[in-house]
Amino acid sequence: MPLFWLILIVLAIAAGGFLLGRQRSLASAGGDNRELHSLPSYYGWNVALKAAVPAMLLIVVWLLVQPLYVGSTVSSMIPDHAVDDNSSRGLVMAEVRRTAEGLDNAVSEGIMTEDYARDLRADITDVTQRLKDAGQIVTSEVTQPILNAAQRFRVMNAAGNLYMSIAAIVLAALGAFWGLKEAHFDFRARNVVEHGIRAILVGAASIAILTTVGIVLSLVFNTIEFFRLYPAWDFFTGLNWAPSFSGRGGSSDLGVIPLLWGTFYISIVALAVAVPIGLFSAVYLSEYASRRVRSVAKPMLEVLAGIPTIVYGLFALLTVGPLLLSVFGRDGLGWMQAGTAVMTAGLVMGIMLIPFVSSLSDDIINAVPQAMRDGSYGLGATKSETIRQVVLPAALPGIVGAILLAASRAIGETMIVVLGAGAAAKLALNPFEAMTTVTAKIVSQLTGDADFASPEALVAFALGMTLFVITLGLNVLALYIVRKYREQYE
Amino acid sequence: MTDASLNSSDAPRKGSLHVQDAQTTRRNRAEARFKGYGIAAILVGLFFLVVLAVSIVRSGAPAFTRTVVDVQFTMSSAQVQAAENELFKTKAYQTAFIDALKTQLDARGMQVEFDNAAIERLLGKIGGDLRTFYAENPDQIGQEVSFQLPASSRVDRYLNGDLTRDDIEDSRFLMKADLDLVDALEEAGIIRGAFNWTFITGTDSGVDNPGGAGLGASVIGSFFMMLVVLVLSLPIGVAASIYLEEFAPQNKFTDLIEVNISNLAAVPSIVFGILGLAVFIQFMHLPQSAPLVGGLVLTLMTLPTIIISTRASLKSVPPSIRDAALGVGASKMQAVFHHVLPLAMPGILTGTIIGLAQALGETAPLLLIGMVGFVARGYPDGVMAGFTEANSAMPAQIYTWAARADASFYEKAWGGIIILLAFLLTMNIIAIILRRRFERRW
Repeated sequence: MPLFWLILIVLAIAAGGFLLGRQRSLASAGGDNRELHSLPSYYGWNVALKAAVPAMLLIVVWLLVQPLYVGSTVSSMIPDHAVDDNSSRGLVMAEVRRTAEGLDNAVSEGIMTEDYARDLRADITDVTQRLKDAGQIVTSEVTQPILNAAQRFRVMNAAGNLYMSIAAIVLAALGAFWGLKEAHFDFRARNVVEHGIRAILVGAASIAILTTVGIVLSLVFNTIEFFRLYPAWDFFTGLNWAPSFSGRGGSSDLGVIPLLWGTFYISIVALAVAVPIGLFSAVYLSEYASRRVRSVAKPMLEVLAGIPTIVYGLFALLTVGPLLLSVFGRDGLGWMQAGTAVMTAGLVMGIMLIPFVSSLSDDIINAVPQAMRDGSYGLGATKSETIRQVVLPAALPGIVGAILLAASRAIGETMIVVLGAGAAAKLALNPFEAMTTVTAKIVSQLTGDADFASPEALVAFALGMTLFVITLGLNVLALYIVRKYREQYE
Repeated sequence: MTDASLNSSDAPRKGSLHVQDAQTTRRNRAEARFKGYGIAAILVGLFFLVVLAVSIVRSGAPAFTRTVVDVQFTMSSAQVQAAENELFKTKAYQTAFIDALKTQLDARGMQVEFDNAAIERLLGKIGGDLRTFYAENPDQIGQEVSFQLPASSRVDRYLNGDLTRDDIEDSRFLMKADLDLVDALEEAGIIRGAFNWTFITGTDSGVDNPGGAGLGASVIGSFFMMLVVLVLSLPIGVAASIYLEEFAPQNKFTDLIEVNISNLAAVPSIVFGILGLAVFIQFMHLPQSAPLVGGLVLTLMTLPTIIISTRASLKSVPPSIRDAALGVGASKMQAVFHHVLPLAMPGILTGTIIGLAQALGETAPLLLIGMVGFVARGYPDGVMAGFTEANSAMPAQIYTWAARADASFYEKAWGGIIILLAFLLTMNIIAIILRRRFERRW
């Protein structure tokens, strides 16, 4: 039974339970709702919640556990001799999954009957041929163990889905029954329902924690896997980035230093563009600008922040790159080889960060108490002297925090560097040379048909971990500084 | 004491107060300079905005037009019969077409030499199209039919002025001699620009056919993704915010949630892509490239944004509303759901739309869950397939075009950006209207 229908059925049970529960509670009070402890709909909600929530939880947990269980059972079923030397159990399992999926599609298209797809003694060549006829992607040799494993995989999954449907529907019915039994006029339905809703609210709030846990776990496990294949010391201290895609590991140099250098270089260029422009705009907007100028210029600058990064990436690749090339390239100063360079990506990223720096600093400058300005004016300082010697020093911690947040944005930015910075990992000083960053390499190592077990693909998780730790550190530091500063004036 | 020290200055001020002394002039100049820096910074920022807008519009506009060759063409049933009897049927149709084109040009007194191959280079293999047309519309045989055949993208670019005669090297795509034909056709008014509907409704084409590439399928993909994001992130976000704002006690657990949300808001989007790859695809084996997975990843990414804005709008509802509700005997839950939440709804919706707009333009996580490797060559059939079948999304499609070697695709990428920005603009305007229309000041 498709999941969609199962969910609909559970919801239908809940809806029916709602109506019945309402009715029953009213009946128990003799149709006079003043006799009831709670409003009639609360009795209905009590039934509906008891029917839907446990069943939905069961479905979610089942969907998470079933693939794991089926996968490990089937995987242990594959005999050792079916796993090649230059292959792994994981790869064979991927093959099994593909075959099972092919069988599914073939059955749904009517090329084979369900019985035939399940037939353990089915002729291997005939099955392969039929799968190919059905236009399913099958590798050249579906071996007997793989086919049998795939069949077992399908059977177990089908059985699992069936059991899940039955269990979910039974659970929903039981819950509804329980709720209905409780629907009596002196039952404190509102209190129970409100407790239930509160639990749901807590669950929703916990998703943030789950997400973080998911990020950390997916990064940590894959990173550990990577460090098992590739020494951590070489990764963190290697000066050379040269992944090989020829064979399975071995000859790759996966040093992170050139990538980090590219990342920091581009971020520094970006900050060199964004910080002065953003800061001066913020100062002007908050201290000098009339209300009218402010109401026009501030939203206009903030439009820059709302533009998707892919637009900036294209802008770097197709507008800024060629423009810089015509000035600094072979026809001009001869410093630049191609349109993609540190300068291109940094400049465009700087433009992207201007509104980020300016609106954060604007808030911070506005938070400086007016009394400090008035004191300075009273001593005869001009406006610019007040800003430079009183307002900015007072706002400095906040501004540093804003800059750190902008830096963490720049380090995590992906599309601009993928399109604008080039692909060569280099340790060079010339800003007009192509360099690459951590994010760009995560993309290039994980897109395409990479095998997830190879160090070349797993390195992306180690890079992601590095990125996560750096940006998290910057954010925490920035928030700490900003919070500390706020305490001073409030 | 102080008087004495003031009077003891031995350089009494000379001249009038109306004349600025050197130091005041310097300070005033510094003041003006400082103000100038500020104005310059803002102007530079606005200048970048204008440059960006101009380059998007200028480079993207050509994607919406295409060159079509407009030929009046009649095929008698005898001709169709004859063509069907030939061995190369489509070729026979093509020959008939070229003859018709020649007579049209001759009628205007223009002599250009061209052959079958030249037509193929300019228009592609048209014989097949003609044959299908006559097979499907037999009643048109013997009547004059006006065909609008799309010209190849290189002809487009030549007519736009992107490509000049000197740039072109003779290749199987375009010969220099073909341009004479193009010029002649242009002079005769046979070749002209038309609105490119294919670009808006079509699907992605192969690497060698930039002219036929369209954004339609990926718009659908994006739409399904946004549906997933909306359905998941709005209820979860609102529920989480209500808990944190109205019910959460001050304890370690609440602190943990708050710290997590503020950190997640600043995690680079690509990390969410890694999460999606590891959890949804590696671990749960959900289908790759599916809008469902994209939607899940983007939901996790937009949740912090939505929670932050929802909390702000819940906070802006004055406590007196809650007190009044509690005072007439409502429970805490009733006060929140019956009174606070409806009053905060406009703000929540505005925040949600802005979060959705952010998610719509996000590309990096989609690269990792395979929405880029997939080329959208067809529409999904059915609603369920829309969620689980492989598809592309607008920004991912734009990236695919930008990453192709053929420069003709760049124009498509810019055009795609115009469409994407049009969507974003609409969403933001809706958000602004909602805010203006329903926002209450307390």
